[in-house]
Amino acid sequence: MTGIQILFIVNALVIIFSAVMTVTARHMIHAALWFVLALLGVAVVYAMLEAGFFAVVQVLIYVGAIAILIIFAVMLTRRALEDQEKPFNRASLVTLLIVGIVFVGLILSIRFWPLLQSTTVPLSPDQLTVGTLGLALTDPQQFALPFEVTSILLLAAMIGAIYIAHERKEKGK
Amino acid sequence: MLHEWLYIGIFLTIALAIPAIALTIAGILSPKKPNPIKNSTYECGMETVGVSWIQFKVQYYIYGLVFLVFDVETVLLYPWAVAYNKVPLYGVLEGILFVFILASGLIYVWRKGALEWV
Amino acid sequence: MSFIQDPIPWVIHWLETLLIGWGLSESLTQVVLFVLGAGLISVGAMFFTTMLIWAERKIGGRFQDRLGPNRVGPWGIFQTFADMLKIFTKEYINPVGVDKVPFNLAPVLSVAAVLAIWSVIPFSQTVFGTDISVGLLIIIAVGGLGEMAIILAGFGSNNKYALLGAFRAVAQLISYEVPLVIVLLIPVMFSGSMGLNDIVAAQKIPFIIYAPVACVIFFICSIAENGRAPFDLIEADSELVAGYNIEYSGLKFGMFFVADFLHAFTSAIVFTTIFLGGWQGPGVEEMPVLGGFYLLLKTLVVYFMMLAIRFTVPRFRIDQMMALNWKVLTPLSLVAVLVTAVVDKSIPQGNSLFRIAALLVANLILWLVADRMITAFRKRHPVQVVSNKRPLARPERLPAGGEGISQ
Repeated sequence: MTGIQILFIVNALVIIFSAVMTVTARHMIHAALWFVLALLGVAVVYAMLEAGFFAVVQVLIYVGAIAILIIFAVMLTRRALEDQEKPFNRASLVTLLIVGIVFVGLILSIRFWPLLQSTTVPLSPDQLTVGTLGLALTDPQQFALPFEVTSILLLAAMIGAIYIAHERKEKGK
Repeated sequence: MLHEWLYIGIFLTIALAIPAIALTIAGILSPKKPNPIKNSTYECGMETVGVSWIQFKVQYYIYGLVFLVFDVETVLLYPWAVAYNKVPLYGVLEGILFVFILASGLIYVWRKGALEWV
Repeated sequence: MSFIQDPIPWVIHWLETLLIGWGLSESLTQVVLFVLGAGLISVGAMFFTTMLIWAERKIGGRFQDRLGPNRVGPWGIFQTFADMLKIFTKEYINPVGVDKVPFNLAPVLSVAAVLAIWSVIPFSQTVFGTDISVGLLIIIAVGGLGEMAIILAGFGSNNKYALLGAFRAVAQLISYEVPLVIVLLIPVMFSGSMGLNDIVAAQKIPFIIYAPVACVIFFICSIAENGRAPFDLIEADSELVAGYNIEYSGLKFGMFFVADFLHAFTSAIVFTTIFLGGWQGPGVEEMPVLGGFYLLLKTLVVYFMMLAIRFTVPRFRIDQMMALNWKVLTPLSLVAVLVTAVVDKSIPQGNSLFRIAALLVANLILWLVADRMITAFRKRHPVQVVSNKRPLARPERLPAGGEGISQ
């Protein structure tokens, strides 16, 4: 058991625990805070996979922007400030059984997927840099078109969200 | 490269532990005399009236949203900036096109009046 | 390397040979050295904060034409220790209905988020924590952890004013993060890497000369991210009674205070590293230990400028602050990135003086255009004055016993 395996197991336990607590927490704000812990755990997974840029981007965007947005949205519903009962009802046992079967089936099918059977070669250090990603994003043969389409996607998201969320001023005000 | 992340992990753990230890020491050293008046919620010296909720403005959410879009945009621009010295001129033009599309989004939000703090 | 020229790596090397001689494995030695280094930097930063608090109170006093602390010790240098002793023994008041975990986690996370920035800063050419390739983004990412700390504090105290204060604080912090992140693209473009070691090593000529507009925008956004004046609306007593740390007492409040002051110095050191050249200076090739002194000197100059701004300029209102950010700083930073990208690519490589001149001219034009646009905008939307009769009591306007002060 190398050190990194122990770290990985601890981290995985933290993520699973906070994911379970997110779904079963009574108070919505507590659920949002457990979610933040799960996101930080995922960032640690990225760091352990030597994808440093993505670990930092995960913290920057998910914890720094999306989690805060979720907390703002939770606060918008005034009932969030009250305690609620446990989010279980009578059908929870049957649901747990069905979801468990689907989960095990998915895991088995992914485990025996032919594409995952071969072991991958680790990238060389000069291929791991962010500069390679940058070159790939601007090369017309590689990923330049998805790069530009992403900007249009972000523009559409911003316009759509402002259109929905912004209160309309009355005409002539 | 993993040992660099190990250093940052160790540093974060120590940075979390030092204030926690300081707070525990102060918790041991300080007196503990709670009484109901001291423990009541602070409202400028008066008693709290009504249930504790606030009138939450949707403006906060809009700021968070625009911040999210610009954050994602900038994070996508960082690899472009790192590869800036090795890219010929059309690579720079691609980045400029990216920034233009999102700047037009900012202008839209501005003209809609969603950036006013009312 | 000798001891005089480069003391800290010499000590590290000596410790390493000592630990390996004791029989520890290579990786365990590395872990022990990491823990030692991280512990020393963290504790050193916390103790340095005491000096900073004293310096701020003394210099602030001089700005405001008073003496500042001068009783406890010569020039009052032990004042902070006296305050620390007092605050260590104050009672923790837990109001009714607080959430224990967010309430107690918030001050710890607030300090941790600021201390974590110290892990990526290069103190000299050979003394640095780690040479991670995404150091710049780590500095911004731990700012996000600081925002979570504020939300925890506001939500953990069972107080609607704390909640409101926390939301306004977070709205200010996320707004000012946008120009900050955009403008940091420019040093990355110039140095070709996001790691702070590479950015400092690429600054034979500091980046403040290559990109002054970006530098000014970064400085303003750093002050706003700290919550310092003129952006200290979060803690303004007249606006929201003490904001999100209203229910904190004792050392928990002290931790927020320490985080505030340490964040100011950390912003100064980050600014120095990115824009002023960090440890670069004459003679660092032969004596790397001089790099640390240069860094400290430059950081103190920047810190003094931050203090000067704090004690001089009045506070912004929140709508003025948001308008400044979204309508001035964000478009300006986007245009600055565009202009710098185009200009830097158009001039041929290797021609250093011409490059500086071209970039300076481009920045100057950008500054003048922005200034002209802002002036034109302010002429179109003048500030409404409530009444034209100004109730000022001037000695020369007082008649000999007539109306007195006009209403």
